[in-house]
Amino acid sequence: MRYSGFRVLREGLTGNKGWKAAWREPDPKPEYDIIIIGAGGHGLATAYYLSKEFGMRNIAVLEKGWLGGGNIGRNTTIIRSNYLLPGNEPFYEMSMKLWENLEQDTNYNSMVSQRSILNLIHTDGQRDAFVRRANAMFLAGADAELADEAQLRRELPFLNFDNARFPIKGGLYQRRGGTARHDAVAWGYARGADSRGVDIIQNCEVTGIDIENGRVRGVQTVRGPIRANKVAMCVAGSSGRVAAMAGMRLPIESHVLQAFVSEGLKPVLPGVITFGAGHFYVSQSDKGGLVFGGDLDGYNSYAQRGNLPVVEDVVEGGMALMPMIGRARLLRSWGGVMDMSMDGSPFIDKTETEGLYFNGGWCYGGFKATPASGFCYAHLLAKGESHPVAREMRLDRFKLGHLIDEKGMGNQPNLH
Amino acid sequence: MIINHPLLGPRDAAEFIYLGDASLIDRPDWQAEDAAAKFYEYGYLRDNPAGQHQELWYHEQGDRSWLVVTRNTLTHEITKVELARDVARTRGRDK
Amino acid sequence: MSQINRVKGGLIDRSTPMNFTFNGKSMQGFAGDTLASALLANGQRLVGRSFKYHRPRGIFSAGSEEPNALVQLRSGAHQEPNTRATVAELFDGLTATSQNHRGSLEFDLMALTDYASPFLSAGFYYKTFMWPKALWEKFYEPVIRSSAGLGRLSMDEDPDIYDKGFLHCDLLVIGAGPSGISAALAAGRSGARVILADEDFAPGGRLNAETLEVDGMSGADWATQALAELAAMDNVQIMTRTTIYGSYDHGVYGALERCTDHLASSNGKPRQILWRIYSKRAVLAAGSTERPIAFGNNDRPGVMLAGAVRTYVNRFGATPGQQVAVFTNNDDGWRTAADLAAKGVNVTAIIDSRDKPAVCDVPGARHIRNAAVRDTAGRKGLKSVTLTDDQIIDCDCLAVSGGWNPNVHLTCHQRGRPEWRDDISAFVPGGTLPVGMAVAGAANGALTLGAALAEGRAIANQQIKDLGFTASRKAAPKAEDEAFECSPMWHVGESIKRAWLDLQNDVTVKDVKLSHREGFRSVELLKRYTTLGMATDQGKTANIPALAVMAECTGKTIPETGTTIFRPPYTPVPLGALGGRARGHDFRPTRLTPSHEWAKANGASFVTVGNWMRAEWYTRPGEKGWRDSVDREALNTRTNVGICDVTTLGKIDVQGKDAAEFLNKVYSNAFAKLAVGKVRYGLMLREDGICYDDGTTARMSENHFVMTTTTANAVLVFRRLEFARQCLWPNMDVHLISTTDGWAQFAVAGPKSRDLLRKIVDEDTDLSNEGFPFMGCAEVTVCGGTPARLFRISFSGELAFEIAVPARFGNSMMEVLNKAGEEFGAAPYGTEALGVMRIEKGHVTANELNGQTTAQNIGLGMMVSQKKECIGNVLSQRPEMVGDDLRLMGFRPVDHSLDVIAGSHFITKGDEANMANDQGWMTSTAWSPNLGHSIGLGFIKRGNERIGEVVRAVSPVHGKEMEVEIVSAHFIDPEGERLRG
Repeated sequence: MRYSGFRVLREGLTGNKGWKAAWREPDPKPEYDIIIIGAGGHGLATAYYLSKEFGMRNIAVLEKGWLGGGNIGRNTTIIRSNYLLPGNEPFYEMSMKLWENLEQDTNYNSMVSQRSILNLIHTDGQRDAFVRRANAMFLAGADAELADEAQLRRELPFLNFDNARFPIKGGLYQRRGGTARHDAVAWGYARGADSRGVDIIQNCEVTGIDIENGRVRGVQTVRGPIRANKVAMCVAGSSGRVAAMAGMRLPIESHVLQAFVSEGLKPVLPGVITFGAGHFYVSQSDKGGLVFGGDLDGYNSYAQRGNLPVVEDVVEGGMALMPMIGRARLLRSWGGVMDMSMDGSPFIDKTETEGLYFNGGWCYGGFKATPASGFCYAHLLAKGESHPVAREMRLDRFKLGHLIDEKGMGNQPNLH
Repeated sequence: MIINHPLLGPRDAAEFIYLGDASLIDRPDWQAEDAAAKFYEYGYLRDNPAGQHQELWYHEQGDRSWLVVTRNTLTHEITKVELARDVARTRGRDK
Repeated sequence: MSQINRVKGGLIDRSTPMNFTFNGKSMQGFAGDTLASALLANGQRLVGRSFKYHRPRGIFSAGSEEPNALVQLRSGAHQEPNTRATVAELFDGLTATSQNHRGSLEFDLMALTDYASPFLSAGFYYKTFMWPKALWEKFYEPVIRSSAGLGRLSMDEDPDIYDKGFLHCDLLVIGAGPSGISAALAAGRSGARVILADEDFAPGGRLNAETLEVDGMSGADWATQALAELAAMDNVQIMTRTTIYGSYDHGVYGALERCTDHLASSNGKPRQILWRIYSKRAVLAAGSTERPIAFGNNDRPGVMLAGAVRTYVNRFGATPGQQVAVFTNNDDGWRTAADLAAKGVNVTAIIDSRDKPAVCDVPGARHIRNAAVRDTAGRKGLKSVTLTDDQIIDCDCLAVSGGWNPNVHLTCHQRGRPEWRDDISAFVPGGTLPVGMAVAGAANGALTLGAALAEGRAIANQQIKDLGFTASRKAAPKAEDEAFECSPMWHVGESIKRAWLDLQNDVTVKDVKLSHREGFRSVELLKRYTTLGMATDQGKTANIPALAVMAECTGKTIPETGTTIFRPPYTPVPLGALGGRARGHDFRPTRLTPSHEWAKANGASFVTVGNWMRAEWYTRPGEKGWRDSVDREALNTRTNVGICDVTTLGKIDVQGKDAAEFLNKVYSNAFAKLAVGKVRYGLMLREDGICYDDGTTARMSENHFVMTTTTANAVLVFRRLEFARQCLWPNMDVHLISTTDGWAQFAVAGPKSRDLLRKIVDEDTDLSNEGFPFMGCAEVTVCGGTPARLFRISFSGELAFEIAVPARFGNSMMEVLNKAGEEFGAAPYGTEALGVMRIEKGHVTANELNGQTTAQNIGLGMMVSQKKECIGNVLSQRPEMVGDDLRLMGFRPVDHSLDVIAGSHFITKGDEANMANDQGWMTSTAWSPNLGHSIGLGFIKRGNERIGEVVRAVSPVHGKEMEVEIVSAHFIDPEGERLRG
């Protein structure tokens, strides 16, 4: 069923009785060509691109809970490609280009909104680093713009310019950055993959990975064994647990990141603003809520919830940056489990087990990566070799000493 | 969270800095044959269990003790808190 | 308009009238009113508009679960959007306006969307607005955004102040209703430290809203008496107007106390206080929330929760209508009818979905059995309801009761899952509760008064016994258990018109059915697809009925269908309160250098460096811009002598028999054999082989070293050293203490620095080149006996010293040095001149030691010893790190009139500027007054082999590029003769 304004009108006139299910609820078949573990954003995108771009059809996506229920459904919805390093920036710029056509491609309005993202500058050293980054973005074909204080005063007069502990000296814009409606991204991919024959199987937890003579043969699930010669892990915060089923140890720690939304407000923020000096970033959703976040809680956790000190720390940043939000109220907070890698950058790679693939280590930047991650993982699964923009996202890079460390924090996952 | 410091009693976790898996105490022998491989594992492959986890916390806004805290990463329940120096000595670390 | 809906009685103070305005209209209420009760008393039924369809809405509830009656309270910078009128305490002079409408509240232009509702069903926006592509951001989205949102921020800085505080107790009792008071009494009498917190300004909970008796007196009177007893106990703290908004690990609770929200002005006092409560045990006595029944047009002003109607007549002496009908599926609804009748309000009919005889006698009311409401009439206020048998009943208020849901929210904050209880058709706390928490009363499913009182006491006693207290023997208060039998009915199937589930977000039964049909069947998907429960009330009245409708669609039971996870906060918390005092300049602490006062008096501009404020430069009369000052300072230092406060660099005292060996392990270069009286430059690596920090360490005596770190890493290095000392080498005899704040330290740099210091340092110290050579150190005295440490080290590249004195002498030392230096042309210099001189010398700072670079990259590969155990040396040898050929070099523009740009990237001449051809980047730049042109440092591939090569330095973000020549990073005195002189 094709979605369109016309269809919405027609259905509206006939009592909305004709809408079909966005996806099937199939039972698992005994065997697939490819099994993707995890129907989160990346898993669904992988299935979508495998079926659409690489002509694969016999694919199952196995999900422990409900589709889109991982970090794709619990993030702050930011999309951007303002990275620095050659191992990252071309990948994220590819992702941005896929975002820019996502709705037309999937026939699903995921509300990609290129409202801009702004990183504030507070010191000269930070400006130097941001200029380096901006230029790297240009070299990779992305856009960037430096703004001085006067420009920001005009554009964002509500920021605290005159009584700030860390004065705002300017900012780095990426105008093509912005937000997308996170759940709808998962749904658009799910619907697109399903319509091409991919079986998305919810409530089907994987309990084991079958390996014979160094080769993957399938998985065990709560709904019985399923065979496949290619098994693709794509489970973000649960990476450690799933990889352990294959006897793998990963350069990943699971950490909790909290996010927050305020009550609905009439529009106040034009785009995404990040306040590095205060561990705070914020945007406003189409519904009017201020969506914001800050640092990780900082300790290993699978609990999907955090604690008060970080809640207060994040909001302190918000109040320092834009004290006009004081009378808005925090409506809801939640926590997600982040697959924090040892250099803050992800992996899309084969493993030492033949036919077993790994996608993870997205830290808290997985949402914006969703399209490219799906595309590049599909490329790897279909062609057996890395997509050029994901070539550095190897699992052995720490052994070899090839770090992709954007923040320069080293092997300390909670600082990335 | 509250960490029951072995010397100072219960303290808010916000007074502490978290480092990670307590295997970071077990720094390999730099002269071993396989030192490169061992240091890679030491530096990058840490335990990341969903459940009981021994981990290092530093009482930065306190007495500067490094502690080994046994905490459940699913429930955040803390079952044991030890001085990291004692743990290190028990694990055979010396000078 | 007068208070036409007042009835007798209630807990309001009729001798204290309070004037207020709603949408500019003057009205009057009484002390003890909420804004909602006062609006109802004044006959104001229409108070707001719904989110999506802009449907007219009235007051629905009498508590924090309110979905409809959201107003903007106060005005100007004090404007508070989305305030629930049902919990806003009335004060004299209150102003409130309705929100979310275009035009007036009565004639909202946006109400047109209601007519388009067939096209705006759940999730419709995911299916359209995709063509043409460009219009999403240019047209569709702006239209959606401007019509979305509810209230408006003033856009002015919040003028109020907020405090934070910490409380500790043995037992936290959450909720001061019957079970909470009973629990607090039991625990208080045992001697335990108790905090009793309630969100209401009048504790008592439902006791204030009911006509039930406790211990032979009215419930409200009993509550007053019990609270008086509690107030008299030193071990009990009663906190009213205090919401426990979240349950966190290990018995920590977040609480918000509203201190001045009930006053016209906060008068300089904190508006609210955010408490962190550390409890050993807690009793959750949060009561229950009534749930509605969904039927056609059930959202009209006048359709209300039956319990709320009872609250308004009993507690506030205000009736929501003159002609009230009751629609119930349970016995409790009957009490609303009875209480209304007792106050003389006309009850027209009691519509009971059950086939059951009258629960009680209600004079004048028809009892209609086995019936339900399927539609209503009256756009801006209810006029009549239509029953399933098509009979029409005139009424201006319909009190609806669908049963009660225990308030399990706080039991879920740590991801506990509630369990279904069939006998009360509701979820009760289940699974794993937060550590230390127990639940009592209605929150635990004990929905009757007698049971709640008894359970409160029993649970509290159990909790305090765990803590070693002896429970008091006093009996539980006594009350009858009222009838509460309930036969679930979630929505009226015969309804033809839309039946609302989530009133605020306009989610109807049809939407849930559509969601089911389209495959969004998990509760989480339902929520996300329809926006159910995402409004400011967090679905407190909507979630369970919607879940029931979904269960109906799937043919599963409600518990099989699931439950949503409640997340903090229980009710919304102002961001101002969460931010507390950490705003403006007080956002983070400010650290001042010891010579700050002197610098301020001598023309310094200051720059933020971490939490420090450092002198950036000192403006002299006649200097037009910062460059004038910086050039002068840098030139003067290289010609005469300059003085700079370098206290901010981290200082760590390292002492003990194993101190030397310890340093040998934490620095990558050798330290074991450093001679006493000598200083050495040290490079620290991270364990992963990347450069971490650098600085100098001086050996003051055999077992005493003084280490310096960079300003930025002072805390981090200290932490790492403690880790190494306690965890890696626990048997070393080495002790550390941070002395950064203990010593004021000054760089005295320049060819005349020795002459200057000779006037300061007491005579017994030989300052000659032989007596105090480069990289020497000593403990000395200055100014006639003041203890000091003297180091002959140089960051500027000149003959230079650093002198440290106890911090309390810092400001005087700065003054004395400058005065004594007058004859030598001494002048202070700031961080900018410091930066210029270090770039001229090719020294690295944070721009180069950015956590991504190796010792090889900065040209110090030789300093990483492989002959000893030290942090980082093993992993620094990984093949791709060794193979990384970036090298730190100097760069100068081919055209000397151009300024090089920090952050520009290097491209080999003739190559296209793209990422594949990227050769490196410029890290730091300065205008060198000594060379007379701009210079830069930067990393470039194979830089050491490319000296003399001209490359492009491109900065597309500036739209600029220039040619630069690769040169040595040491622009001045590459042989280092000056600093040894």
